[in-house]
Amino acid sequence: MVEIRFHGRGGQGAVKASDVLAMAAFLEGKQVQSFPFFGVERRGAPVTAFTRISDDQIRIHCYIYDPDVLVILDPTLIGAVPLTDGLQPNGKIIINTQRKPEEFDFSGTENPSVYTVDCSSIALKHGLGSEAAPIVNTAILGAVAKATGLVGIDSIAESIMEKIPVKQEKNAEAARESFAQLMG
Amino acid sequence: MKRVLTGNYAAAYGATAAKVNVVAAYPITPQTTIVEILSEIVANGELNAEFIKVESEHSALAACIGAQSAGARTYTATSSQGLALMHELIHWTARARLPIVMTNVNRALGPGWSIWADATDSVSQRDTGWMQVYCENNQEVYDTTLMAYKISEHADILLPTLVNLDAFFLSHTSQVVDMIDQDRVDAFLPTYAPEYKLDIDNPRSFGSLTSPDHYYEFSYKMHKAHEAAKQIIPEVHAQFAKEFGREYGMTESYRCDDAEYLLVTYGTIAGTTMDAVDRMRDKGIKAGALKIRYFRPFPSEEVRSILKNAIKVGVIDRMISFGHEGAFFTETKAAMYGETVPLYGFIAGLGGRDVSIKDIESMVDKMQAEDPSNLIWIGVKE
Amino acid sequence: MTKKDDQKPIVFEGASDMPPMSASQGSMSVNKTASWRSIRPIIHEEKCKSCMICWKFCPEPAIFPTSPPTINYDYCKGCGICIEECPFDAITSEKEGK
Ligand code: SF4
Ligand code: SF4
Repeated sequence: MVEIRFHGRGGQGAVKASDVLAMAAFLEGKQVQSFPFFGVERRGAPVTAFTRISDDQIRIHCYIYDPDVLVILDPTLIGAVPLTDGLQPNGKIIINTQRKPEEFDFSGTENPSVYTVDCSSIALKHGLGSEAAPIVNTAILGAVAKATGLVGIDSIAESIMEKIPVKQEKNAEAARESFAQLMG
Repeated sequence: MKRVLTGNYAAAYGATAAKVNVVAAYPITPQTTIVEILSEIVANGELNAEFIKVESEHSALAACIGAQSAGARTYTATSSQGLALMHELIHWTARARLPIVMTNVNRALGPGWSIWADATDSVSQRDTGWMQVYCENNQEVYDTTLMAYKISEHADILLPTLVNLDAFFLSHTSQVVDMIDQDRVDAFLPTYAPEYKLDIDNPRSFGSLTSPDHYYEFSYKMHKAHEAAKQIIPEVHAQFAKEFGREYGMTESYRCDDAEYLLVTYGTIAGTTMDAVDRMRDKGIKAGALKIRYFRPFPSEEVRSILKNAIKVGVIDRMISFGHEGAFFTETKAAMYGETVPLYGFIAGLGGRDVSIKDIESMVDKMQAEDPSNLIWIGVKE
Repeated sequence: MTKKDDQKPIVFEGASDMPPMSASQGSMSVNKTASWRSIRPIIHEEKCKSCMICWKFCPEPAIFPTSPPTINYDYCKGCGICIEECPFDAITSEKEGK
């Protein structure tokens, strides 16, 4: 079983991202589970969402404390909230940022692989969200597919077509572009 | 056909597959999306049912009682405060022997604001005469809804069923659910054809017309129906397994055979407990888990036969009967009367507080170290 | 009575510093409730006829019956009822910034 934890802020679509990733893995025949952290929603507040992907039935129903993969939709969360808590040794961290992977210091975590991609620019280029609030949830999934190999980019695209109600093509293109641009 | 569904969808699709004739609902806070989904399904014409919008949860169940009395298969869904508001009619439904199936999303009761998972709402309906099932995952929600109609409507039972699922941990969590083709559901669950109903061609009177002389016997017959259900439920489970390949029990034991430390629980915590059992086994601790599905009728004999060989038993309740202990703990102790196995009561996860694998491991640590004198609260911030 | 200056918002460390029931340690004047608002209603003076329908409908109530009415954004929860009810379309909604 692979456990993925998403960190974003309200409005960025972290919860939807966890759903779309789960659906993509389901399309490849996997067992999946996705859900948000259940708390009172506050504007701009940190949002956490979870996806589990497994070949076998998933029985566990608690939050993810020891993720294999961290997906960070908003780089301003780094340092603001304890993101890397419990990350497995050799875990993967995928960040939406213009910066390069080597610019991040995740000391305290054992041998993480860091990947970065500028999803905000990709989202804006495809008309997703506004300058102030780009919607990066679909773009980041291309990067997740590339960095983890958990699901194929075609499954991500297919899942977007099923799960995202508007601008499906644009969202799928954004995912493909981040798949191509990923650094790490 | 497999789909990724939240628990709310699994419940609504279960009711749809059961081809319910009448759905009555009121959107109290906190209602769930279950009835909203069903209203869309009815509006789309995918389900040929009457959708009755009423003015309270009390009326929702009243409308179901009326429709079910007239021979319709009915459905409603609620949670926490809404279930509490139905209370009077929850008694009525069972005493009128109407096999209504209702989904309850287990949510905390106010005040103290939480709409998150807590079984106090349904356990508070313990003595109403309804059968009660607790589900661990969304597949189980869907399957249980179908089986619940078959069990409730059985001529030797005729009792309503409350199908419970944890708020958010199921209701808002997406999981893979294998939905059954409609013709196969229809073969398993034929059209509802009650012997007793409001029928102008075969008139009867129902309700409060019998005298106090008969009340005692009606109560006796109701209890006998619960006892009969203990026989019939496993038969329906077996038939379901034969048809659709998924096995259910009134309880489900996991690595219990040689277990020294056995944890008893229900709902989503049961699944997490099974994973915790695997981890503890890897560390050399002989742990096991017993999931209780049916709270009413309570499968005492089954529980006793599984638990009696353990060295220590702990019961995890996501509810508290104030002034005493968790309700499943009470029932488990009663079932174990005369046995010498020490029993520990744990309270965990009230109002949706997460119950992690570490929390469950800490319970076994406590069972190894402490005497079972006090109720043990897990994760209270002092 | 707790003096206004001593009132505290609802922030609890644990059971030991909590009151017996679900209660704050101060009135709503220190417990601002608007943080979950995702849209912000804006009253446009030029269209407003001061009919006070919005004031009557606001469930909080976060609208004061000045002329034109004023919205108290410390308590407005962004439900949008005022926008819906204004007969002169004098209230519009704006997405809250992040
Ligand atoms: S309802 Fe509209 S017109 Fe009337 S007072 Fe409010 S904003 Fe002004
Ligand atoms: S949005 Fe709702 S809470 Fe805010 S002012 Fe309008 S009616 Fe009142």
